[in-house]
Amino acid sequence: MIHFPALIVVVPLMASFFIFAFGLFQRRVCFPLMLGTLAACLVFAAGSLWAVLSAGQPVHYYLGAWDPPWGIEYVVDHLNGLVLLALAVVCLLAGIYSKTMVEREVPVAKHAPFYALFVLQATGLFGMTVTGDMFNLYVLLEIASFSAYALIGMGEGAAPFAAFRYMIFGTLGACAYLLGVGYLYIITGSLNMADLRQILPPLYQSQALIVGFAFLIVGTGVKMAFFPVHTWLPDSYTLAPSSVSVLLAPTFTKVGAYVLIRILFTVFDPSFSTTLLPATQVLGWIAVAGILFSSILALAQADLKRMLCYLIVTEIGYIGIGVACGNRLGLIGATFHIVNDIFMMAGLFMAVGAIQAHFRTRNAHELTGVHRKMPVTSGVLVICGLSVIGVPPTCGFFSKWYLLLGTIQAEQWVFMGVLLLGSLLNAILFFRIFERMYFEAHHDIPPRRREPGTTFERAAVSEFAPMVVTAAFIILLGLFNERIVSGILAFAIPPGF
Amino acid sequence: MDILNSFRPMLAVLVSLVAAALILISGRRPNLREAWTLLAAGAKFLIVLSMAPSILKGQVMEYTLLALTPGISLQLRVDAFGLYFGLLASGLWIATSFYSIGYMRGLKEHAQTRYYFCFAVAISSTIGVAFAGNLLTLFLFYEILTVSTYPLVAHKETPEALAAGRKYLVYLLTSAVVVLFSIVYTYQLAGSLDFVGGGFLKGKGSLETLRILFIFFILGFGTKAAFMPIHEWLPSAMIAPTPVSALLHAVAVVKAGVFSCLRVIEYVFGPSLLSELDLWWVLAYFVSFTIIGASLLALAQDNLKRRLAFSTISQLSYIILGAALVTPAALLGSILHMAFHGFMKITLFFCAGAILVQTGKEKISEMNGIGRRMPWTMGAFAVGAIGMAGIPPVCGYLSKWYLCLGSLDAKEMIFILILLTSSLLNVAYFFPIVYSAFFKKEGEAGPAARADASWWMLAPILVCALMSIILGLHPDAFVRFHQIALAVVANIKGF
Repeated sequence: MIHFPALIVVVPLMASFFIFAFGLFQRRVCFPLMLGTLAACLVFAAGSLWAVLSAGQPVHYYLGAWDPPWGIEYVVDHLNGLVLLALAVVCLLAGIYSKTMVEREVPVAKHAPFYALFVLQATGLFGMTVTGDMFNLYVLLEIASFSAYALIGMGEGAAPFAAFRYMIFGTLGACAYLLGVGYLYIITGSLNMADLRQILPPLYQSQALIVGFAFLIVGTGVKMAFFPVHTWLPDSYTLAPSSVSVLLAPTFTKVGAYVLIRILFTVFDPSFSTTLLPATQVLGWIAVAGILFSSILALAQADLKRMLCYLIVTEIGYIGIGVACGNRLGLIGATFHIVNDIFMMAGLFMAVGAIQAHFRTRNAHELTGVHRKMPVTSGVLVICGLSVIGVPPTCGFFSKWYLLLGTIQAEQWVFMGVLLLGSLLNAILFFRIFERMYFEAHHDIPPRRREPGTTFERAAVSEFAPMVVTAAFIILLGLFNERIVSGILAFAIPPGF
Repeated sequence: MDILNSFRPMLAVLVSLVAAALILISGRRPNLREAWTLLAAGAKFLIVLSMAPSILKGQVMEYTLLALTPGISLQLRVDAFGLYFGLLASGLWIATSFYSIGYMRGLKEHAQTRYYFCFAVAISSTIGVAFAGNLLTLFLFYEILTVSTYPLVAHKETPEALAAGRKYLVYLLTSAVVVLFSIVYTYQLAGSLDFVGGGFLKGKGSLETLRILFIFFILGFGTKAAFMPIHEWLPSAMIAPTPVSALLHAVAVVKAGVFSCLRVIEYVFGPSLLSELDLWWVLAYFVSFTIIGASLLALAQDNLKRRLAFSTISQLSYIILGAALVTPAALLGSILHMAFHGFMKITLFFCAGAILVQTGKEKISEMNGIGRRMPWTMGAFAVGAIGMAGIPPVCGYLSKWYLCLGSLDAKEMIFILILLTSSLLNVAYFFPIVYSAFFKKEGEAGPAARADASWWMLAPILVCALMSIILGLHPDAFVRFHQIALAVVANIKGF
């Protein structure tokens, strides 16, 4: 039990090599190995969170028994414990979902590297969440990013180009982050987050520190696709194979958002980020622009997957607004929204992937009749969509509830207005799709051309079971949000808030 | 006040949700599917009715499901007012269920499973709105109500129906956002959202803040209550199948808007704060404008259902007017009018639907002589029309009587004038229909044979018409609407 925080990184890391090695000889072992690894990770994540909750305080793990600040420290506290669990659940679901999808999308010869990268990707995400060391975070960030570039490159059409573009952006972001870490290290001589928190306050006036801080924020901003440095996201996630976008789209940007909160409120004192240097205010105003921009662009997309990609940017903007409130409720809203959005995006990408695979279209205008052929998938899409709009009792409503309370407490009326306007824009987006899906009298659109000889093939259990579970999570998270908020998130908020 | 913990309020909400699931499963077997609807309708009404005795004794039934956010629970709390609305909605659901079967089968409508499913969800959330113990619970069901009625409005799937559906969503989701803001702000001010008879906001903020909050609340909930000039969604929504227009757009949905407005006025702000804010007269004049304006617009409609819709808009504002006048008598009148208008208007809508099914006619100008073909139907229509105009013995006169008494108490003669003018306008837009139906000659086709609608439809029509008359003669008949309304008024402190 005490080794869980380390195991959640070490086990998948090792497993990815095993999968690659065995997979070259025996292709069939890849999927079960991957699934077993991710299931083990779920156990580790749940165990870690359980340990935190029962102890009532963070669980520390010193790698190689080197005491911090010299060694690398892994910490699970109330904040990342919850994010970790959500990540582990969604990674496992994405793993199950990939079974038939991979066979459809990835050539047989590439199955072994695919699954190896798939697990490596999860490793990077878990590691970024669990680590308590600034440099270790960089390493894991790059592990996650490089597996993402490779996985996206396996996609359709111009995917290799999109992956290359993503790599350039991503590397720039990672460089910025690394530079920031370098500044902090030069000033303090420490890389441990908790240690930095102790050392930094007397140095808050230092110019070098502020530059380092700025680099950190920009670097994280690129990785989490914060407007206006989100431009890598739509292409790469749209063109990636469905099984990859189901894994990447819900998780990576949200882990970035978690890292941002970690830096703003744990590595630095909240008073530094909110008052001394009003970084959160600036982030908030950029988020306002980002929400408006991306939700309007999302409206303009006919390609469902690309539309969802812009939606990710919008949701990241909501998290930004929560952070910008600079108060307890806003931060609760932001962290809760990270968890919710992981599930909402997972459900949406799974549904769209299944529609693409079986209904053979991704065009929002060609969905007529999909509810007859794929009732379960359509139902999941509706639940996830309602959650994005913020209709109670789905979880999306409750994160908006806390975010709204936060903006009102901070008397940030513009932020509040944008939150509300954003849900209306999302409502237009989704109800337009629902209308296409469920109502059939669109005489202006000619019936979709179906390739001759293709028959409809039902979605496999491995496809819709994860979807249904995700949808159930969306509703349960909403109904039981009070347990999560007062039981976990209330302790995740830094003291002095 | 005695608080009684009981699962019954939750059961009343759940019974039609379970039915909705069963309806979805048994979509391929229409008879079984309709059996679920009827069964759930009967069970729901009986459950609601079973709560009446203890509530009339002054008890409150409470069921807390779970905590929604720190300090606010998903709580159902049945007081007299909730019971009143719950009885009205669940009682009329029985009539509508029978009628739906006749109507949907008579017209051989498509997608009937979706229709019955959404209907069951909508009625479930209506009961949820009625029984909600705090603003957040109310909002939760209010939103589900909006979303579940959308497929019903767009049911026909023609371009016009889809456009009406979109309009419906634009109006109601926008207003929901306004409501959400007001609720969050109320929580910020008061730290609580539980309804208290007489209000809980007094002294929780400066008068300016509370005034703005009140306006936002009324604008938000008022959209569902179809105030002018934010009424446009309601006439458009008349493209829905008639049972939807009848139950949802004359009783459940719009009354959920009115009910929420009254909850806010009497249980969040309270009469004494309302007088202090000095906004009651603004609201009263605002709704008076709607009363007269909608009646005038009704005169101009040739489509029968649209005329009924404008009449609904006008009548809903009666109810708000009663609450705005801040006198017990006016409030009693407005609460009574909620039920009475429900019975009369549902009769009228049922008749319009029966005419559509039997003859395919929707326009009033084509309905000459239709009374001779469908005497029972048009007879019931005449009863409804008489009631709307406030002529005894049909129940409409009673609520108007109390409303007039209330305006006398408030020493505001002008509102009596408005109520009476509106009654005259009611005569002007309903009686010609009855007249031409019975006394004008039919077109070239010559008089057709008598062909009243099937008993599935005719029975609910006659029952509702009869109820309207009986309630006018003896307002305590059956479920004691009058007594419950008196209990509601007695619970509100601060007049």
